[in-house]
Amino acid sequence: MKIIIQLFWAFFKIGAFTFGSGYAMIPMIEKEVVDRKKWFDKEEFYDQFALASSAPGPFALNTAVFVGYKMAGWWGALVAVLGAVIPSFVIILVIAIYLTEFSDNPYVIAAFKGIRPAVIALIAVPFINMLKRLPWYFMILGCVVAAVICYLGVSPIWFILAGVLIGVVLTFYEKPEEGGAK
Amino acid sequence: MIYLQLFLSYLKIGFFGFGGGYAMLSLIQNEMVTRHGWMTATELADIVAVSQMTPGPIAINCATYVGYTVTGNVWGSLLTTFAVSLPPLTLMVLITVFYNRLKNNGYMQGAMKWMKPMICGMIGAAALLFLNGETFIDWKSYLIFVLCFAATWFKVDSILLICLSAVAGILLYI
Repeated sequence: MKIIIQLFWAFFKIGAFTFGSGYAMIPMIEKEVVDRKKWFDKEEFYDQFALASSAPGPFALNTAVFVGYKMAGWWGALVAVLGAVIPSFVIILVIAIYLTEFSDNPYVIAAFKGIRPAVIALIAVPFINMLKRLPWYFMILGCVVAAVICYLGVSPIWFILAGVLIGVVLTFYEKPEEGGAK
Repeated sequence: MIYLQLFLSYLKIGFFGFGGGYAMLSLIQNEMVTRHGWMTATELADIVAVSQMTPGPIAINCATYVGYTVTGNVWGSLLTTFAVSLPPLTLMVLITVFYNRLKNNGYMQGAMKWMKPMICGMIGAAALLFLNGETFIDWKSYLIFVLCFAATWFKVDSILLICLSAVAGILLYI
């Protein structure tokens, strides 16, 4: 029972005091579960973390699941997820309600006019940074995918499925003798 | 039945939400703006800004806010937040259990390799869809964009940038 409360509290703090993308939370999660609580050693944590970042869904919650599951099984995973979700949920809900009330306020309208171009810049920079690290043929593919999703309204789901399919098929033909295991 | 549709949409967003919050944005746009027309691209851009500035994972913040915007009440928020928590609570649990078998699996590595350009394209699509006449209203918008782009490039904190651009907006547009 003690561990359940500890898990909840650890992820509650992470949910309440970290900002931005899930990746931004890694230093805080590491400090909490590796340095302070000693639930994981560093190497094990980063191994699991690599897997969590390749799974779908909010990255912070995937991390909550693997930490929680290791400490207290399925209930541990559930409690850690709840801990991470509850503070964000409450805070953003209050803001959503409040902002909806004030959506006619001229200051709020003017502020958002300034914010919108900034948001696009915040998304464009990681796009270009990620593009730069890809081989040239993937760069072209990435740009084509972006254009097709945006201008033709094709669901990104098809591209995810295509990526998985191509990756698996190519692995099968490249290393048939190893049965796909490296 | 908007609640059921919203739940199913967000379930899709969660289960195909590879590559973090920004890549997930492209899925949210596709479901909420393009397919169902529940909100405009500009409304979503505002939600992203607020989600970035408030504590908590951006994907959760977005889900809660989108649920509230679409339905106008707390139940919508609960539903979308629950839906986006399901992939971690199901898939990620399985991944954790079968961790040793997945760790060096060649198929998984192959799939991840080919998913990278797709995820990259999804982030690009998110930026492109927000880039329209409603977000770029005049030269001042372009100025804010260029300055924020340069600042982000040199790793200036994103929350600070949003606050500054809000102040700039009030000064320039009031």
